[in-house]
Amino acid sequence: MQELLHEITKDQLRTDHPTFRAGDTLKVHVKVVEGTRERIQVFEGVVIKRQNGGISETFTVRKVSYGVGVERTFPLHSPRVAKIERTRRGKVRQAKLYYLRNLRGKAARIKEII
Amino acid sequence: MTKSILGRKVGMTQIFSDNGELVPVTVIQAEPNVVLQKKTTENDGYDSIQLGFADQKANRVKKPETGHAKKANTTPKRYVREVRNVNTDDYELGQEVKVDLFAEGDAIDVTGTSKGKGFQGTIKRFNHSRGPETHGSRYHRRPGTLGDINSMHVFKGKDLPGQMGGNQVTIQNLEVVKVDAERNLLLVKGNVPGAKKSYVQVQSAVKAN
Repeated sequence: MQELLHEITKDQLRTDHPTFRAGDTLKVHVKVVEGTRERIQVFEGVVIKRQNGGISETFTVRKVSYGVGVERTFPLHSPRVAKIERTRRGKVRQAKLYYLRNLRGKAARIKEII
Repeated sequence: MTKSILGRKVGMTQIFSDNGELVPVTVIQAEPNVVLQKKTTENDGYDSIQLGFADQKANRVKKPETGHAKKANTTPKRYVREVRNVNTDDYELGQEVKVDLFAEGDAIDVTGTSKGKGFQGTIKRFNHSRGPETHGSRYHRRPGTLGDINSMHVFKGKDLPGQMGGNQVTIQNLEVVKVDAERNLLLVKGNVPGAKKSYVQVQSAVKAN
């Protein structure tokens, strides 16, 4: 029965995204519909978590915008996510980077894996 | 005219709609049903068809059931329900009813047996509020007053602890998101009563706009 559920959603899963994990920096190109017009907005920040699996998988990107922390959660397989670019790989020890919320400035930096 | 099919609840998942919205759906598996009997006004006093779904184990079948199914040229069924308000001329004895009866966007009612919750208090069962837990209240999760002292009895229908769940429940006006005729599946927006693998009856909505 569980397999049947996977089969139903299988054709909606997207395979065109790059691999990424918590700590990486992404540029997420989001389709925004304004009335009849559709344009693309870029949200750039650090991935602080990936959650769930299958069609329900989501990831959360955090950035600091004008001194205010902004977090946005996207469904990974959503057709509204036009493109994901990984700009930087980060070296982190946790899968969920909630500790970043309490850090600012220099302390909130993540080491890069080269 | 009512359209109806019997099926099994598979579980819930999500799918993306055409405009990219995430829609929560319940998957109902409905392999072809069989028309077991046609009831007519002349013979039975009302018009209806009897649908059967899922084969019954051979050792659980009673002889009269075998005979009843034989008339429709099939095997005895485990889940049998009657559908009223149908044009009986459209159906033949032994005819198969498939999911393609329904189309995308149809409004439906789904009937099933809700999950059993056991013996529960009034807070869980009837959404009562509880008393204060501290400050010497000594009144935590009780049902409250049983009523007026002068009436000398407890009125019928008073909310009290008891069995919760396991009732027949109908959820009205659900939307059919997708029909998968190949795999005999109905994808219904929202939730449907009952546990996974439980049987449900899908009918066209009574209060559809």
